[in-house]
Amino acid sequence: MKKSKRRWKANWQMYLLLLIPIVITFVYKYIPMYGIQIAFRDFKASRGITGSEWVGLYWFKRFFSSPNCWRMIRNTFLLSGYSLLWGFPIPIILSLCINQLRFPKLKRITQTVLYAPHFISTMVICGMIKIFLSPSGGLLNLILGTSTDFLTESTAFRTIYIASGIWQDAGWGCIIYLATLATVDTSLYEAAKVDGASVWQRIIHIDIPALLPMAILNLIMSAGQLMNVGFEKVWLLQTDLNKAASDTIAVYVYEQGIEHAKYSYSTAVGLFNTVINLILLIIVNRIVKKHSDVEFV
Amino acid sequence: MKRRRKHSLGLSDKVSDVILVIIAIAMTLIVAYPLYYVLVASVSNPYDVYAGKTFLWPSEFSMKGYQAVFADSGIYTGYINSLKYTLIGTIFSVVMLYITAYPLAQKDMPGRKVISLFFIITMYFGGGLIPTYLVVKNTNLIGSMWALFIPGGVSVANMILVRNYFQNSIPHELVEAAEIDGCSKLATFFKIIIPLSMPIMAVMVVFSMVAYWNDWFTALIYLPNPDMAPLPLVLRNILIKSSATASQASTISGGYAELNKLKEMIKFASIVVAAAPMLIIYPFIQKYFEKGMMAGAVKG
Repeated sequence: MKKSKRRWKANWQMYLLLLIPIVITFVYKYIPMYGIQIAFRDFKASRGITGSEWVGLYWFKRFFSSPNCWRMIRNTFLLSGYSLLWGFPIPIILSLCINQLRFPKLKRITQTVLYAPHFISTMVICGMIKIFLSPSGGLLNLILGTSTDFLTESTAFRTIYIASGIWQDAGWGCIIYLATLATVDTSLYEAAKVDGASVWQRIIHIDIPALLPMAILNLIMSAGQLMNVGFEKVWLLQTDLNKAASDTIAVYVYEQGIEHAKYSYSTAVGLFNTVINLILLIIVNRIVKKHSDVEFV
Repeated sequence: MKRRRKHSLGLSDKVSDVILVIIAIAMTLIVAYPLYYVLVASVSNPYDVYAGKTFLWPSEFSMKGYQAVFADSGIYTGYINSLKYTLIGTIFSVVMLYITAYPLAQKDMPGRKVISLFFIITMYFGGGLIPTYLVVKNTNLIGSMWALFIPGGVSVANMILVRNYFQNSIPHELVEAAEIDGCSKLATFFKIIIPLSMPIMAVMVVFSMVAYWNDWFTALIYLPNPDMAPLPLVLRNILIKSSATASQASTISGGYAELNKLKEMIKFASIVVAAAPMLIIYPFIQKYFEKGMMAGAVKG
């Protein structure tokens, strides 16, 4: 008893430091969680949250009966699914190559350049995409010798979204893998060399096993975000003509909530998205826990 | 015998060196070329750009695009706003990270686990767009610069990196020696932890700077006044909607064709102007990225 009292006393300054972060987190993260209940109510600002009428699953039913509902769910899944499919292995392959480069200067320059696009705003990236894909004199059309307006074709939207995403973030995704590879015991490489192992064999037998835990951890994290398609790029690149592929839940939540001020409806759609994400996260975590010793949270 | 056969089966080191170098150079070019192309286009005649005459070198070199960008009052205001938000936001975020991570790195602090969980939960579950918007509105932050910083709260993923750095990369002996000398935990924080954690602080400063400099969505929702718009939001009209700002239209006397040409020049120049600050800064901090990440990624 005395000991624990002493420990409280020794740490009083620590609680003081934590006061502000806890208050801010409580107000701006936890109170909104309480506010989720407006998804089940007909929220009127004048009546407040608990004063607004309870309508149960009305807004959810409305969402599922809206004409574009399944198109939005499908687009959301496909955009993030394909992004993961391409975006997950590429940083791993890149970092395996960079790690085996034997010219330190080239290695550094490659890394610096590959990180660069990560530091550019999505707004600027989308501006560049618009310029490069412009039907009149855009870089891609100049190279192909055509004058196609790619952004008005819904078939091209997913490719544009995913390719630009990889261009921007694959290099940055290498960092954590390169950091992991830097911890590999160099005597392993020496031993492998003595045994006559080629670069290829060193990658297979030393590097890949070293990366595996981190790669699995990353995969779990991304799988749990599968329904979290970035709002920004989709919204900026959306045109009336590519909507068949670019209509996503996040954009809908923004339009209904902020532009049309349909607070309850927007919250309901957003909650549906969050719940699906949470379920995916739990499932993936369960599966991986069974098959390996990697764990997260 | 066995050894030799193995060797002859795999690619020789020289061949694989060549392949790796080719891959590295190809990747570098794929990433760098679009940026270089925009840079060249920003100092060229836009009609030549669209005619495909500027793949490698500028044509009719001129800085008119940049002059127009800096003469544009909308872009100028956005630039100043972004500088202000980035400076204040970065200080706010890094202070928040430090005052959260340090207490949570104290292994003897009662309630540490519960408080950590309190923060970590917000990584996986949140109120969503509208419930958060309503709280921001009810706390009178709409239209205030602080709406960009405060509702984001503590970036939990970064906080964990900082906390792990405190636990793993700062020598225990120093902390213990300070305590024996009668330093309180707060004094240790200022005298030992902060000076010895510069690598992770550098990484966090850069992360925050980049996030605030590039952010526009928060401003789109919480700052309805166009005079408060940060640079990327101002660029939305120019790059995405492709419309001329009022001040551009009024400064041009050469008619529609001239205005159109200027509009295209401004597009390229404003991309360079918006992207340059962060692209110039990050290479200086680059060496800390891996170190900081690694020290922070190991669970303490």
